[in-house]
Amino acid sequence: MAAKDMREPIESGCPDPWQYMHPAMRKNFGQWKYHEHPRPGVLRHVAYSGDEIWTVKAGTQRILDVFSLRKLCDIGDEFADGFVHFTLRSNIEYMVTDETRVQPLINALEEAGFVVGGTQNTVAMISHTQGWLHCDIPGTDASGVVKSMMDELIDEFKNANMPNRVHITTSCCQINCGGQGDIAINIQHTKPPKINHDLVANVCERPSVVARCPVAAIRPAMVNGKPSLEVDERKCICCGACYPPCPPMQINDAEHSKLAIWVGGNHSNARGKPTFQKLVAAGIPNNPPRWPEATAIVKRILKAYKEGARDWERVNEWIERIGWPRFFEEVELPFTKYHIDTWRGARASFNSSSYIRF
Amino acid sequence: MAIEKHHTPMLDQLETGPWPSFISGIKRLRDQHPEERINSMTNDLLGQLEHSYETRKGYWKGGTVSVFGYGGGIIPRFSEVGTAFPKSKEFHTLRVQPPAGNHYSTKMLRQLADSWEKHGSGLVTFHGQTGNIMFIGADTPATQHFFDEINEYGWDLGGAGPCVRTAMSCVGAARCEMSCTNELKSHRALVNNFTDDVHRPALPYKFKFKVSGCPNDCQNAIERSDFAVLGTWRDDMKVDQDEIKKYVKTKGRQYIIDNVITRCPTNALSLNDDDSIEVNNRDCVRCMHCLNVMPKALHPGDDKGVTILIGGKRTLKIGDLMGTVLVPFKKLETEEDYESMVELAETIIDFWAENGLEHERCGEMIERIGLANFLDGIGVEADPNMLSHPRQSSYVRLDGWDDAAEQWFERQAEQQAAAG
Ligand code: HEM
Ligand code: SF4
Ligand code: SF4
Ligand code: SF4
Ligand code: SF4
Repeated sequence: MAAKDMREPIESGCPDPWQYMHPAMRKNFGQWKYHEHPRPGVLRHVAYSGDEIWTVKAGTQRILDVFSLRKLCDIGDEFADGFVHFTLRSNIEYMVTDETRVQPLINALEEAGFVVGGTQNTVAMISHTQGWLHCDIPGTDASGVVKSMMDELIDEFKNANMPNRVHITTSCCQINCGGQGDIAINIQHTKPPKINHDLVANVCERPSVVARCPVAAIRPAMVNGKPSLEVDERKCICCGACYPPCPPMQINDAEHSKLAIWVGGNHSNARGKPTFQKLVAAGIPNNPPRWPEATAIVKRILKAYKEGARDWERVNEWIERIGWPRFFEEVELPFTKYHIDTWRGARASFNSSSYIRF
Repeated sequence: MAIEKHHTPMLDQLETGPWPSFISGIKRLRDQHPEERINSMTNDLLGQLEHSYETRKGYWKGGTVSVFGYGGGIIPRFSEVGTAFPKSKEFHTLRVQPPAGNHYSTKMLRQLADSWEKHGSGLVTFHGQTGNIMFIGADTPATQHFFDEINEYGWDLGGAGPCVRTAMSCVGAARCEMSCTNELKSHRALVNNFTDDVHRPALPYKFKFKVSGCPNDCQNAIERSDFAVLGTWRDDMKVDQDEIKKYVKTKGRQYIIDNVITRCPTNALSLNDDDSIEVNNRDCVRCMHCLNVMPKALHPGDDKGVTILIGGKRTLKIGDLMGTVLVPFKKLETEEDYESMVELAETIIDFWAENGLEHERCGEMIERIGLANFLDGIGVEADPNMLSHPRQSSYVRLDGWDDAAEQWFERQAEQQAAAG
């Protein structure tokens, strides 16, 4: 672009939401008294002033085309005074102050193909990352996995009859941008990167690649008379972190990248401290376009949880109560030596008591 | 000019089933959008995506793209199969900071849609896991044009690269009875103080702020931010005994015992014979469980403030780290209160910028140098709330013990005098 066209950015940062907030929320800011759950997908909040808001929550395809976005806006204009709110898991929420508008709003959303639900004890919309649509190290396509899985779990999104809420996430590599979840479906690269030595000297910032490896498996090396890198394949844990600063270290692998399933991540403090997710299944085929094998395991876990957990127990609390041996039994998954942690602090995950369930 | 549509037999299968399909959305842009530029760009995007589905590999690589004046905020994407799919061979994402709490008017959304349609692919996500609005798919010149346009009417890029990233906050006080703080104010005070660090990546690695209004932590701040702010309270929780009695009546004693009383992690609750409850507030750790079950009867107390935790992050490189309590309780009422929180963040970021290794998150640095050294570095005194339990290992030099003990008693006395 010619220099004359350049304009200095206005570094305004994060916008003030006050101007975009529904007037009833502005008026009762910090003055809410309680909420109820009249039906799945709908919340009723009551303020000390006596004002009420009904929130209708809907799941979308997350990657929105402008047509869909405008459709969502049309619905907001017609029923919800032209204001919307988005949740952490990319659901859209409409706030209405008049109860009679709730059902017509739900109808309009459903007619337009969106799905009302995702509140309270539902399987919430799966939070996910970019995958083949946009990331540079994805082993799979997060959007496609999520679409296929939500097709199967839609009834659990629409009906709040899980013991407690269930948060699912997918990530298209182990870096796990998608986050912690009660159930997390992540891809795992299982082979070290293949290095195209001819390109390394030109495009890699070698010291930063070496620094990035979590297990110090990368060393500078001369290959075919050119400066390059080599990987100690016994050490490599196939995380893929070396790829972004060094694209010739190709980690994407059609055959050997597999899905793995993790459970028990829970970020709330309720009843216990927050927990990270744990590995339960691996080696699941990366099978586009619908990934049926992964979905089948997720459904098995959900079924066992729904049947076995008590009210308010999240997946991690349920497993803590019944114990891991019984969990593996109930979900019919094999337990292997690979479930034993080998990373820092691993010993803290070993059982040093006689706490054993028979 | 009619475009030649790529065959997408695999992607077509993602149009079956009841959940809304992103593939149908991309096809709408290909087939129904009036502009040929968007039709051909999304057509080639679908072509490349189908190719990924067939070969089970991704074909994007990074590069450097930024707008004039900034060093980050755009995720550059160049196709490795650009010869086959030339119209989407540059398909960059712009990360744009959302309003705190993710509130929007449809008017503003339409304006954003208009600008994006004018310059980009027409695909957008509310929001990525870091919190940004992600405008997915623009070529290099378009990134500048789109940014110039939306920047004029109030939007700014978020962070990408080693910088302060876009922050997130829960809906909180706007619509949630559990909220103990003004999430929006903390969010904006913190992130907007570091605007320069958002736009010009010069830190060891990423640094994230997240704000949740209560310990339910709907924003996942403890696990996923370097600086987590959680609303809480320190006086007694409010109990409406009549409402408790109504819960007992409708749900039954057994239900309340099994689902509220015995679920309290610190055994701080008991159910009286007359169906009222008793809370031992000194034992309560504000876990939120009983308030969640009986939101009509139980409410946070009046002496509200926040807990600040430092150093949460996901796997790379040393494994998952939860945030660690740094400030057990801080009032956030006056402007000075907010300023001192921002100053704390500045001190931490400065210390980390100086002492963190390249690509080392703040939490990893704390692990490497030790919490005690970190506290010394930022001038914060040790507090038993920072730990689950005191040290187990006997291998430590304790020759500074007497001084430290004396300081503890002095601080206690000062605090008592101040509270006095
Ligand atoms: C190749 C490079 C990478 C790409 C393209 C990438 C892409 C992304 C994207 C698109 C998001 C959501 C962004 C948003 O909300 O605006 C994200 C979030 C995230 N990324 Fe990455 N990522 C990369 C590398 C990494 C690495 C190396 C880590 C290492 C720890 C990482 C950790 C995360 C985390 C934890 C989040 C979620 C953050 C949160 O919930 O606050 N990513 N990434
Ligand atoms: S999880 Fe991995 S592949 Fe997916 S967006 Fe994050 S870095 Fe990219
Ligand atoms: S894939 Fe990960 S572990 Fe393997 S060499 Fe690369 S950075 Fe190191
Ligand atoms: S974190 Fe607390 S205050 Fe914020 S939305 Fe969740 S429950 Fe409400
Ligand atoms: S908030 Fe949690 S810790 Fe406190 S009384 Fe209720 S259940 Fe117990």
